[in-house]
Amino acid sequence: MSNRILEVRGLSRIYGNGCPLCVESTGPENDTNICPHCSSVVAVHGVSFDLFRGEILGIIGESGSGKSSTVKMLYFDDAPTEGEAIFFDNGDRHELFQQNAAQQRSLRNKRFGMVYQNPHLGLNFQVSAGGNIAERLLMSDVAHYGEIRRRASELLLRTEVLPERMDQNPKTFSGGMQQRVQIAKALVTRPPLLFLDEVTTGLDLSVQAAILDLILEIQQELDTAMIVVTHDLGVIRLLAGRTLVMKYGRVIEAGLTDQILEDPQHAYTQRLVASNL
Amino acid sequence: MQPVLIVEGLAKDFFLHEQRETIPSCSNVCLESREGKLTAIVGPTGAGKSSVLKCIYRTYLPSTGRIMFRNKAGHVMDLAHADEHQMLRLRQREIGFVTQFLNCLPRKSALDVVAEPLVASGVNRTAARTSAGEMLARLAVPERLWCVPPATFSGGEKQRVNLARGLISRPRLLLLDEPTASLDPGTTDLAVKLIETLKEDGVAMIAIFHQPDLVRRLADDVVELAPPVLVKDYNKECLS
Repeated sequence: MSNRILEVRGLSRIYGNGCPLCVESTGPENDTNICPHCSSVVAVHGVSFDLFRGEILGIIGESGSGKSSTVKMLYFDDAPTEGEAIFFDNGDRHELFQQNAAQQRSLRNKRFGMVYQNPHLGLNFQVSAGGNIAERLLMSDVAHYGEIRRRASELLLRTEVLPERMDQNPKTFSGGMQQRVQIAKALVTRPPLLFLDEVTTGLDLSVQAAILDLILEIQQELDTAMIVVTHDLGVIRLLAGRTLVMKYGRVIEAGLTDQILEDPQHAYTQRLVASNL
Repeated sequence: MQPVLIVEGLAKDFFLHEQRETIPSCSNVCLESREGKLTAIVGPTGAGKSSVLKCIYRTYLPSTGRIMFRNKAGHVMDLAHADEHQMLRLRQREIGFVTQFLNCLPRKSALDVVAEPLVASGVNRTAARTSAGEMLARLAVPERLWCVPPATFSGGEKQRVNLARGLISRPRLLLLDEPTASLDPGTTDLAVKLIETLKEDGVAMIAIFHQPDLVRRLADDVVELAPPVLVKDYNKECLS
């Protein structure tokens, strides 16, 4: 039996019309991701990797490296121009980009979770914290009010959001607390695959540590596979077993996280690691 | 008894792009590690002792040579070329590494830090915390510290937490990089006793100790590394 949960092959995304010279005239060697011939942006090109059950994979790179775009395509926030991704779930094999909108919505609601850097993308600020979690459960066909209420409070408790705040609007929460609600919302359907896009960026250090701790505990408890996107080497070191390094839309190096940090091979990774505080 | 690990002709050098320079570390290292035996690596600073351990653990990518590891099931594989998932699995189940420094999540208590490897390998949290307590007690870490995150501990206390965490899951092969560097003689003795029990349990160990006394007390085998010879990088002229 294979342990693979996700197989990504040749994932690419070009913004703009694109031209036959786009790929060869962009990338790390050309020091740009904008095609000089047609001004299209080659955001992601040829990204391939395997993710195993319960594994945490890190993707690092600076802004514009394509790390967030990669994850957004896998969560169906954006469609690739090329490439395929196969999600293995309980013996089923889902070709992510061959599915119709309803199938994609169903995977998104039930089997995937996403935590965004910006809580406004992940949370509905029109309803309470508990309501946000209920929303996701309703979308995944859990309709019993008592059951929804019970699971929502259980998850909020687990993510250390005070139960008395369950009925308050997340608008009134601190940044760290909003991230906790987002994590609770993502996890309430117990998805086997979770995407985390710069979840601790902009939070103060003690809150960051607490969120990272929470993520690791959850990974151990639920055996959730995760893709963690960040520009913070410290986050990668603490969370990810393996790491991809991206620049100008390409994966320039991949390896065990401690190897990437202590024995980086690519010139860019060496610079990145050397300039880390 | 077949060795758990055979290292043949291992060399590691680093190519630094910015400086356009190759920095040699260890070269032509050969060693064996057997069940219940401790192999000590000795040599001057800069001879690449830590690099050997890091190559075996694959924190460093070996430049040349073979690192043949025989796993629990008796299969032999070359760690120099093992795929990453295979390495992660081995690290979780069969190969442990105790370094000089404690690197852990900031908010966790000492007890949870020590219990972590057991929890990760599937032991339930309560049982893992009980064994963690036993390990900390054997290394004389005062019980009042168990529930405190190690960030505020003294160097010696941190190192004992680190040692407890590294020894708790009884890997088949254990790599030790100066695990007793900042311990006083009394606690060093406790660490030595613990390492001796691991040997009795059949754990194969490769260790770097700076105190010759420890090498004498614990090593069954000694491998001496010579300092590397700096080879001039001939590419340098044509590149600059």
